[in-house]
Amino acid sequence: MRQIDPDFLALPLRRLADAALQRARDLGAEHAAFRLERVRSETLSLFDARLQGAMDADDLGFAVRVIKDGTWGFASGVELTPEAAVRAAEEAVRVAEVSAPINREPVELAPEPVHADVTWVSAYDVDPFDVPLRDKVELLAGWSSGLLGRVDHVSASLMQVKEQKFYADMAGTVTTQQRVRLHPELTAMRTDGDRFDDMRTLAPPVGRGFEYLTGTGWDFPAELAEIPDLLTEKLKAPSVEAGRYDLVIDPSNLWLTIHESIGHATELDRALGYEAAYAGTSFATFDRLGTLEYGSPVMNVVGDRTAEHGLATVGWDDEGVEGQSFDIVRDGVLVGYQLDRRMALLKGLGRSNGCAFADSPGHVPMQRMANVSLQPAEGGPSTEELISRIDRGIYIVGDKSWSIDMQRYNFQFTGQRFYKIENGRLAGQLRDVAYQATTTDFWRSMEAVGGPQTYVLGGAFNCGKGQPGQVAPVSHGTPSALLRGVRVLNTVQEGGK
Amino acid sequence: MNERMGTPQETVERALALSRADDCVVIVEEGSTANLRFAGNTLTTNGVARSSRLTVISIVGQSAGVVSRAAVRPDQLADVVAAADRAARDAQPSEDARPLPEGASAGDWDRGVEPTTIEVFRDFAPALGESFAAAESSGRRLYGFAEHIVTSTFAGTSRGLRARHDQPTGRLELNAKSADMSRSAWTGVATRDFSDVDVAALDAALARRLDWAKRRVDLPAGRYETILPPSAVSDLMICLYWAAGARDAGDGRTVFSKPGGGTRVGERLSDTPVRLYSDPAHPGIACAPFVVAHASNREQSVFDNGLALGATDWISGGSLANLVQTRHSAELTGLAVTPSIDNLIMTGPDGGRSVEEMVAGTERGLLLTCLWYIREVDPQSLLLTGLTRDGVYLVENGEVVGEVNNFRFNESPVDLLGRLTEVGRSEQTLPREWNDYFTRTVMPAIRVPDFNMSTVSQAN
Repeated sequence: MRQIDPDFLALPLRRLADAALQRARDLGAEHAAFRLERVRSETLSLFDARLQGAMDADDLGFAVRVIKDGTWGFASGVELTPEAAVRAAEEAVRVAEVSAPINREPVELAPEPVHADVTWVSAYDVDPFDVPLRDKVELLAGWSSGLLGRVDHVSASLMQVKEQKFYADMAGTVTTQQRVRLHPELTAMRTDGDRFDDMRTLAPPVGRGFEYLTGTGWDFPAELAEIPDLLTEKLKAPSVEAGRYDLVIDPSNLWLTIHESIGHATELDRALGYEAAYAGTSFATFDRLGTLEYGSPVMNVVGDRTAEHGLATVGWDDEGVEGQSFDIVRDGVLVGYQLDRRMALLKGLGRSNGCAFADSPGHVPMQRMANVSLQPAEGGPSTEELISRIDRGIYIVGDKSWSIDMQRYNFQFTGQRFYKIENGRLAGQLRDVAYQATTTDFWRSMEAVGGPQTYVLGGAFNCGKGQPGQVAPVSHGTPSALLRGVRVLNTVQEGGK
Repeated sequence: MNERMGTPQETVERALALSRADDCVVIVEEGSTANLRFAGNTLTTNGVARSSRLTVISIVGQSAGVVSRAAVRPDQLADVVAAADRAARDAQPSEDARPLPEGASAGDWDRGVEPTTIEVFRDFAPALGESFAAAESSGRRLYGFAEHIVTSTFAGTSRGLRARHDQPTGRLELNAKSADMSRSAWTGVATRDFSDVDVAALDAALARRLDWAKRRVDLPAGRYETILPPSAVSDLMICLYWAAGARDAGDGRTVFSKPGGGTRVGERLSDTPVRLYSDPAHPGIACAPFVVAHASNREQSVFDNGLALGATDWISGGSLANLVQTRHSAELTGLAVTPSIDNLIMTGPDGGRSVEEMVAGTERGLLLTCLWYIREVDPQSLLLTGLTRDGVYLVENGEVVGEVNNFRFNESPVDLLGRLTEVGRSEQTLPREWNDYFTRTVMPAIRVPDFNMSTVSQAN
């Protein structure tokens, strides 16, 4: 396992934490937590194999969060001195005092064992920030050049993040963590007459190091080699006839449907109304825990913060709670929610399952998504076997457009590629496909899930939630799945053409 | 800024002096925020935060290197500049390379930074508390978010430019729900300092809408005559603006691409003389009057940093007038240099009516509150999908007669411009969907005779 970078450990982590926590204690805070973070990112983009832009950035700072007289208070700072940490503690207490008159709901937190001075580093081999920018550009430019000539244009991008966090609270928990993630993407574009289309790689963002681009975890050369012919076929494909179809959905598409219709819908803060004015609430209300028939009996969904290479995987969350794995849907029934310490206590659910996260030192930790994953069927079918069960249907690959309502009922998704299924076989690509459904109708129509051999961990860097807005990285594992009778739209007709 | 960190002006001068590149751009951004979040008539979270970011863009020949760091101390400055210089020497030549704009200046360069604090809510917070009490006693629950941000941007270049802009950004979202959560209404306001926010009046308007919703009318999916209020229009027009990159249009990728090549600039989009424009000096929604670009991409260029911005028509007299350009893309497309500006204004013919007047003039139609979860389905038509939210009202014979279920829509804002039959009076508004990124808009309501409600959403 890699070690936490010495230059992060050399920062005055404990000195600042001690100063802030002592000041908060002196000012009468019931609870106080100190968090110091450095988030380093590098983003590069190329167009037609030429570097278009590159930016190496970091965010460094600390935050103090207190509970004073049952009210939250939060303040952050950027100057890494004990004096500044003390000022932030005072400011956080002051914010709590100013806010107290409009707080009618005293804040209490679920208990968590003390984790004294523990460390965790995510699973990666090569730190992407140790690889020269020139080498990264050459790699992406080489891949792009390999496509040009067979397509009109190629855009390529690579996002890399290293997140380092130090956390300490008044109870005695002290955690130090470091994790790395990458998101490479290439998109090929082509025009055929008046028709333009594009096709993006399916490689998901991952919690891996630079080895992801050199053969570990994904075969980029093999995927890229197929794209020009696939895009050519897509441009010539017939437009879909709107109607109801049986679908086989590939993990490269289904992860996003899971994210929107299960991941967000089973956040307890949403279900209880704490996000009502912004992200929304959830149809999966608390009174339906244990009874809601979320989907068919083949549906089993787990939330976890422990999956290797998962984007939401941590050792401990931003409230000092150990990363865990827990059931959300079992045999089609809602059995659990994602929790932070306040939500867990509020509903008497015992210990938090570790879903607190803040995306930067300037932001408050809030309940954020675990890696929420649909479980494969042990000994279950391959994707080809699922397709073979369909007489008339569509096989959907890759994600593209997505939208869902504020209670997570009604959604609409498109994809990268759509294949007509006729009599159990693929019969060429289709265009202009979107599928639209109500969450529970959709998951109840799931007849079968694929076996472990179809399981892929998809995900995104940019899950948005909260005000002020925060983004969180999250993965979703899923097998291929077979769903019956889903409404398919023709997007050109939807546009009134 | 405290002594340990140095002033932003000192940081700019020292970084420029340290650079060994052919040219250099230094951007320092000092940020401060204060926020209150509430749900169910009580505060939920709050906070104050400060940020300080230094971005150094070194230019060697035709190549640029960008390094951006937070909370840089004076003793770390040389390392940041050296890293940017090194990145520029390692980089390939940039196709958008141009000489940096020559030494104009903007803003009061020498003045100190004045951050916001939690005190910005000193009048607002008690008023909000009173509204909580009033709502509680009337069976309503208030949800929402109030935020104030002040960002001071200092940009200096080796060509003598010293430009500074102080940007206050305030917003309040207020959402009222019935106690059983079955009825919901929303309003939002953009403000520079919260002194003009009348939370009691906003709450009263929401209470009226919750009353409208006591009569429920279920309608099926279909095409309806629809009045989109300014907030809904702002979200759609922001999507249009974000899709208006000249480079992508020239490459055939967007709704503004001309079939067979080139762009649609000059083409009529609407028979109504609609104007869509940006103006850094527009009263109430003023924004930075010069380009600030941290990295080059399809719509911005680091080489354009400091370029002066003026009022720019994107659509004029119903015709596409300009697209978002860098100097490089302007050369490629043969069009004017019209970089992106951080506000957006839409107007129609003189004499536009208020939303209330438009409702009074409606025989049968829908009045929306706002739109949500808007995403692009097809870039070539700019077909968007999304949801109605927090109040769809049925209008009959000039009056609201009840609340209708929510819908998922599939529509293109460009197509809507060609189909709209009325443009109302423009007013400052807060976009619902995009106000995390874009708050400075002045928009009218519009009437569309056949808005495509693709399916019913059960959400309320």
